Amino acid sequence: MSDDTDGGGRGGALPRVLWKIARLLATVALTFLGLLVVTFLIGRVVPVDPVLAVVGDRAPKSVYDRVFVELGLDRPLYEQFWIYLQKVLSGDFGQSFLTKRAITEDIARVFPATLELATVAILIGTVAGIPMGVWAAVRQGRLADQVVRVLGLVGYSAPIFWLGLLGLLVFYARLHWVAGPGRVDIAFEYSITPRTGLLLLDSAMQGEWAAFRNVFSHIILPASLLGYFSMAYISRMTRSFMLNELAQEYVTTARVKGVPEWRIIWVHALRNAAVPLVTVIALSYASLLEGSVLTETVFAWPGLGQYLTNSLQNADMNAVLGSTLLIGAIFVGLNLLSDLLYTLLDPRVRRQA
Amino acid sequence: MLHSRTLLAATVAVFALLGAPAVKAETPADTLIQAWAIDDIISLDPAEIFEFTASEIAGNSYEGLIGYDPADVTNIYGKIAESWEVAPDGMSITFKIRDGRTFASGNPITAEDVVFSLTRAVKLDKSPAFILTQFGLNAENVDDMVVQTGPDTVQFKMDKPYAPTLVLYCLTATVGFVVDKKLVMEHEQNGDFGYEWLKTNYAGSGPFTIREWRANEAVVMERNPNYSGDPTPMARVIYRHIPEGATQRLLLEQGDIDIARSLTAEEIDAVRANPDLKIQEGPKGSIYYLGLNQKNENLAKPEVRQAMKYLVDYQAIADTIMKGKVMVHQAFLPRGFLGALEDTPFSLDVAKAKELLAEAGLPDGFSVTMDTRNTPEITGIAQAIQQTMAQAGIQMELIPGDGQQTLTKYRARNHDIYIGRWGPDYQDPHTNADTFARNPDNSDDAASKPLAWRNAWDIPDMTAMADAAVLESDPAKRAEMYREIQREHQQTSPFVIMFQEIEVTALRSNVDGFIVGPSFNDNNYAHVTK
Repeated sequence: MSDDTDGGGRGGALPRVLWKIARLLATVALTFLGLLVVTFLIGRVVPVDPVLAVVGDRAPKSVYDRVFVELGLDRPLYEQFWIYLQKVLSGDFGQSFLTKRAITEDIARVFPATLELATVAILIGTVAGIPMGVWAAVRQGRLADQVVRVLGLVGYSAPIFWLGLLGLLVFYARLHWVAGPGRVDIAFEYSITPRTGLLLLDSAMQGEWAAFRNVFSHIILPASLLGYFSMAYISRMTRSFMLNELAQEYVTTARVKGVPEWRIIWVHALRNAAVPLVTVIALSYASLLEGSVLTETVFAWPGLGQYLTNSLQNADMNAVLGSTLLIGAIFVGLNLLSDLLYTLLDPRVRRQA
Repeated sequence: MLHSRTLLAATVAVFALLGAPAVKAETPADTLIQAWAIDDIISLDPAEIFEFTASEIAGNSYEGLIGYDPADVTNIYGKIAESWEVAPDGMSITFKIRDGRTFASGNPITAEDVVFSLTRAVKLDKSPAFILTQFGLNAENVDDMVVQTGPDTVQFKMDKPYAPTLVLYCLTATVGFVVDKKLVMEHEQNGDFGYEWLKTNYAGSGPFTIREWRANEAVVMERNPNYSGDPTPMARVIYRHIPEGATQRLLLEQGDIDIARSLTAEEIDAVRANPDLKIQEGPKGSIYYLGLNQKNENLAKPEVRQAMKYLVDYQAIADTIMKGKVMVHQAFLPRGFLGALEDTPFSLDVAKAKELLAEAGLPDGFSVTMDTRNTPEITGIAQAIQQTMAQAGIQMELIPGDGQQTLTKYRARNHDIYIGRWGPDYQDPHTNADTFARNPDNSDDAASKPLAWRNAWDIPDMTAMADAAVLESDPAKRAEMYREIQREHQQTSPFVIMFQEIEVTALRSNVDGFIVGPSFNDNNYAHVTK
């Protein structure tokens, strides 16, 4: 993005915007195509027989052969890919071999679970991570900094599988503070009519407050765990961005002018550190949205991570390709969003655009 | 430090306020909640069901013509059929349909439904269809082979006079379950006999109905209001997909579920020690074995095959690694089957194995690989075997892999040794004889590829013996034929048969009446109370 730098020539503004949009669309299309090609190829070279997932181990040869042809596996690879691509372009992602439902239907079912978990997690991670990072930067080298560093280190290195089980043991089994694995208790399962698939939102909109509390007590533990992991990352990054800003001359100037210290930290410095932080948060969010397989397994959370892993293990390629495309779209979407936020936060970028 | 203390206090307060109401839960009194890994379900259509979980669900929501007593499988009784008669020439069986029974939809169960269900399964030709087509049925002739002969009689014809027990046991399999013709055909599209609809819906007559299947999430079953037997004490049975054993145990201990179905050996020990919980066990038909590929020149030597059977510490694995989830069993027919052989001639004997290896010209052993599914239990067994094999100089390298991955390799005969688990398809001895002791064509492009083929074991004589046993109508003689095959198989085969599975379920101590049967469609909760 180093071209068209000067802001002159107002007459060319509209075509340039169009040109930018066209280029963006082309990039996105190319990214998706590349993603599809790679995923498709990986799916075909893994030493797993996709027919097995459909017919099982016991099927006689006639059944096996028929399904082999039905799945189009008798055609050359490029032809299989071409057929798939045509279908995708017309909005047909095919059917899952395993669940026997349309991929779009499957994803519409599993993705809200992951979306809800990831959103709560990133909120926790951001709300806790940024103040901690700022605090650590301000008290650089002192006890507070060390505490934040150790917390971050544990967050990075402890296996989430183990932390998850430990969390369940303490907060669910011993203290009874939170509800156990799953998204909601059976008792409330049918009192919430799914509209968005986000149970917190659905139950709140329908005024089912008892159900809302139950959903909340189910989600808070896995979300806190995932939030803890993103907090570890966000606080480390905030700390280093803040250290960078606090060493700038404008901070010294502000101090000389007698601006209160809290204002210098929270308004002047953090505002400038916020620009790169947006990318950090967006990327953390994107990785949470992929679905965390281990967390979803421990907490029996029926989300995208479990779906994708299960599909991969059974060579259910339609499901794998569909989920990969979704994840790709999330990454592209969040990148665009953080670009947009840049323009809001950083006047320099705004002027360029 | 003031900040941090405030922060901590605030966090605790938030947890306490919002989380506190979630106190120890109990499951509703009329609802049975089970935790299991239900991701193996690919269909709810009896013509296609072949997986453990789906078989169990079908066993509690559909009915077949006949059934057997899980405690004594030789006791076969009529369910939808009132009685049956084998033709004098043994080429057909005629069933009389019981009067006055209905499907969950309220439609009566008629002879027409029975004919429809069996012909439908043959014509759809899904994985389990061979259980019916092995009697000479196919899509073209089935309309003449399964026919209605009177208002309430159905005749099932065959191409040979098969042993009646074989036919009857095959009809107890899920593929023989009777579906509601009227309801299914309302949903037919493009001549699919309602398959697209039924694979995610329900049209049966069992004690429970299937209300909902959410893949990888839950299956919800409800009491069938039109069931012809006694209404079930439970109004609802819910399967929750909880893949992780440790999580299942936590839920069970807390009382959030009533039954945990897939605890690992470690968790079982903990459950045994807890007075609020109890363990229920039942032998299953599944067999754990090693398959030695005869394409490997070392494994093809008879002495090596024999030696390997002396290099497994059977009892130690059953007791310490599997902790009661298996029992030592060394013949291909599991206990409980007609003609089962209970001899266990092999135990760990390194000296004897070394002798045999020396006879084979391999006094220093050899190197070999074993494809191993990466589940904790299979890996544990494999490592124990690796250790004892090494004592006789056999260097065994374990190649870990995902289930489908190792299976793909095994099916292509590209393995050295495969550690496998095989469950019978129906309750008759032929199901296992067919795969362990029959190999009609050992060529690479053979039409049928039983386990004997997968291990490239060419056995024309034993195949003929197994074929003869299928046509023996006297059950006592037939049982003896199978025992004879197994005695030879036990000594000479490239299968190190080690264990028979015991299904171990953990229940809350107030749950009574859960039946763990020999096969998964025999697991029954129609009489469960709590």
